[in-house]
Amino acid sequence: MDFSKLLTDPINEIGILLTNLLAGLGLAPGAIAVVQAIIGVVVIATFCLLLPLFLIWFERRIVARMQDRVGPNRVGWQGLLQTIADAIKLLIKEDITPIGADVLVYNAAPILSVIAVIAMWAVIPFAHNMYGVDLNVGVLYIAAVGSLGTLAIMMGGWSSNNKYALLGAFRTAAQLVSYEAPMILSMLVPVILAGTMSMTGIVNAQSQVWFIFSAPIAAALFFITSVAEVGRTPFDLLEAESEIVAGFHIEYTGMKFGMFFVAEFLHAFTVGSLTAVLFLGGWSGPFSDASPLAGVFWFMLKSFLGYFIVILMRATLPRLRIDHMLDLCWKFFTPLALASIIVTMLVDKSLTTLLPNADAWARGGILFLANVLLGWATVSLLAASARKMRLAEEGGATGAGHDAPGDGHDEHAPMDAHAPAHASQAPAH
Amino acid sequence: MVPLYWYLILAAALFCAGLYGVLARKNAVAILMGIELMLNAVNINLVAFWRYLNPAVMAGQMFAVIVFAVAAAETAVGLALIISIYRRRNTVVAEEIDLMKW
Amino acid sequence: MTALQIIFLLTAAVTFGSALLVVTSHNLVHAALSLVVTLFGVAVLFALLDAGFLAVVQVTLYIGAIAIMIIFAIMLTRRVMMDSGPQTNTQWWAGALVALALFVALSWVLMQVPSLQALSAPGATLPTLSGDSVKALGLAFVDPNQYVIPFEVASVMLLVAFVGAIVVAGESKK
Repeated sequence: MDFSKLLTDPINEIGILLTNLLAGLGLAPGAIAVVQAIIGVVVIATFCLLLPLFLIWFERRIVARMQDRVGPNRVGWQGLLQTIADAIKLLIKEDITPIGADVLVYNAAPILSVIAVIAMWAVIPFAHNMYGVDLNVGVLYIAAVGSLGTLAIMMGGWSSNNKYALLGAFRTAAQLVSYEAPMILSMLVPVILAGTMSMTGIVNAQSQVWFIFSAPIAAALFFITSVAEVGRTPFDLLEAESEIVAGFHIEYTGMKFGMFFVAEFLHAFTVGSLTAVLFLGGWSGPFSDASPLAGVFWFMLKSFLGYFIVILMRATLPRLRIDHMLDLCWKFFTPLALASIIVTMLVDKSLTTLLPNADAWARGGILFLANVLLGWATVSLLAASARKMRLAEEGGATGAGHDAPGDGHDEHAPMDAHAPAHASQAPAH
Repeated sequence: MVPLYWYLILAAALFCAGLYGVLARKNAVAILMGIELMLNAVNINLVAFWRYLNPAVMAGQMFAVIVFAVAAAETAVGLALIISIYRRRNTVVAEEIDLMKW
Repeated sequence: MTALQIIFLLTAAVTFGSALLVVTSHNLVHAALSLVVTLFGVAVLFALLDAGFLAVVQVTLYIGAIAIMIIFAIMLTRRVMMDSGPQTNTQWWAGALVALALFVALSWVLMQVPSLQALSAPGATLPTLSGDSVKALGLAFVDPNQYVIPFEVASVMLLVAFVGAIVVAGESKK
C-alpha cells in the first residue's frame, strides 16, 4: 500500500488493499466486487447513523444559546454524551403497540423513514474522488428517495389506528407533496447552469463561480422548500406537540420514535449538505484539489453552515398555519420557481450565443443581475397587491365599520403567534 | 445476459395479474390499482424492446415517458371521480354504482 | 447463471409476488403498499435495462405521487365495514380464467417469434449503448424532427387532467 497515495486517493487505495486481501482468500472477482460494494454501503450508512449523535447535541446547544440558556452540559465534556444517554433512555422504554394497529406497517414506517434519508447519501460527493456512486441522474434521484419519506409518514399515521394520527398524516402528506414541486423546480436551476444532472458534474461546474452567486433566488427557494420537506419550523405543524397532539408519531414510543427523530435530524443536515453541493461549490476550497481530506473538510464546513441556518430558522421563526403554508407554496414559491427557471434559461442561452467568450465571472454577474431584477419584480408585485388589499380593507372599514379579516395578502405577515418550538423534544416522549 | 423473453414473460404475467384485478375486484380503487399494474407491464415491455433491439433510437424510452404521463393523468381523474361518487352515493363498490343501468 | 440473471430473477419474483398480493389482498391498504413494492421492483428492472432516467422517474412519479394519491383515496373512502366481506365479485372465476388464458396465449406467441429466439440465444450480446442516453432523451423531447409534438400534447393533457380533477373532486360551492 502506497502511503503517499493514501492522502490523494484514499478510497481507491483501500479498495486495492481489500481486493488483494479477498483474492488471497480465494474469492472470484465478481464476488470481490459484491463484497466491496457491501462494505461501501455499510460505511456510508454507519457514518450517516453516527452523525445525528453530534447533530442533536449541536442543535440543542445552539438553540439553548439563542434562548439565553445553556443547554445540555452535564453528561460528558460539555454535554457531548447527552445524545447517547437519550438513545439509551429510548431503548429501555416500554415498546407499546396500540390495539388494532396494523403491526407490519406500524413497524415498517420508522424503518422506511430512516432508509429514505440514508439513501440520499449514496450520491452526495464528499470530495472529488470520494462518493458513493456517480449517477448521471443524481439530482432526480435525490427527489425520488425524498418522496419515499412521505410514504413512510403516511404509513405511520395510518397504522396507528388513531384518528388524530391519521389527520396529522394527511396534513403531512399534503405539505410534503406540495413542497416537492418548487423544490424540484429550484433544483433544476443548477442543472441548467451546469448542463448535467450528476452531482459531481454540478460541483465541477462551480469551480470558478459558485451557483449561489449566479442563482440566489433558486438557492433561497431550494433551501426554504427543503426545510419544509423535512418538516422543521417554521413548517413543523406536522409534529409539534401543541398541534393535533404531535401528529403522525403520537402512538410511537421508545426507539421507533427515536428512528423518526434521527431521520428528521439527519434529513435537516442533508438539506444543508445538498445546498452546499448544489449551490455552495461542494467540496471546493483551498487545497481541495491536492488532498480529498481537505475537500471533506470544506464540504462538512459548508454543510454545517447550512445546518446552522436551519437551526437559526427553527429558533427564531413562529409556526405557519397549514392553509397559509399551502398558499405560500402554490401561490408564491411555485410561480417564483418557474419564473426563476425561465429567467435562468433565457439569460444563460443568450449569453452562450451573444457572448461566447465571456469568462465565468462575467456570466455569473449577468445571471446575478437577472436574479436581482426578478426579485425586484416579485417584491413590487407583492407590494402592489398588498396595497390594493389594504385600500380595499380601509374602504370597507370606513364604510361598514368593522375590520375585514386580512388573509394571505402578504405571505410573510399573517403568521399565528405560536410559541417557538422548544429545544428538547426528546425527553417528552 | 438476461434473455429478452424473460422480460417479456414477466411483463405478460404482470399484465394478466392486473387484468384479473380489474375483472374480479369489487372496490373501484382496487380496479384502478389493477390498471396501474397493466400500465407498468406495458412500460417494461417497451423499455426491454428499446434496449434489446435498437438503443440508439429514443422512441422506446419516449413512448414509456408518455405512458407515465397518461397513467398519472388517468389516475388523478379516476380518483377524483371515485371521491365525487363516494360523496354522493356513499359507496365505492363498482356494482352498486348502477343508476344508469336499465 | 450469471449474477445479472440472478438479480433479475430475484427482482422478478418480488415484483410478481407483490403484484399477486395487490390483486388478492383483503385489506385495501395492504394492497396499496404491495403496489408500492411492485412499482419499486419495476424501477429496479428499468435500472437493469440501462434506462436510469426512467427508473428514477418511475420512483418519483409512481411511488411519490400516484401511490400516495391512491392511498389518500383509500383512506378517504373507507366505510368501517369495507374490509369484511368478500373483496371479489361473483364472477371472479371467469376473470381468473381469462387472465390465465391470456397469459398462456401471450407466452406461447412470444416463444414462437424467430427473431426473438435469436436475441435470446445464450451467445447473443446486447447492442452497444453509446454515450449518454439522458442527453439523447432530452434532445428527443425538443427536436422538431423527433418527438416534440407528443411532448407538448402530453403537457396539455396533464393540464386538462389537473383542472378536471380539481373540478370533479372539489367541493361544490353552495
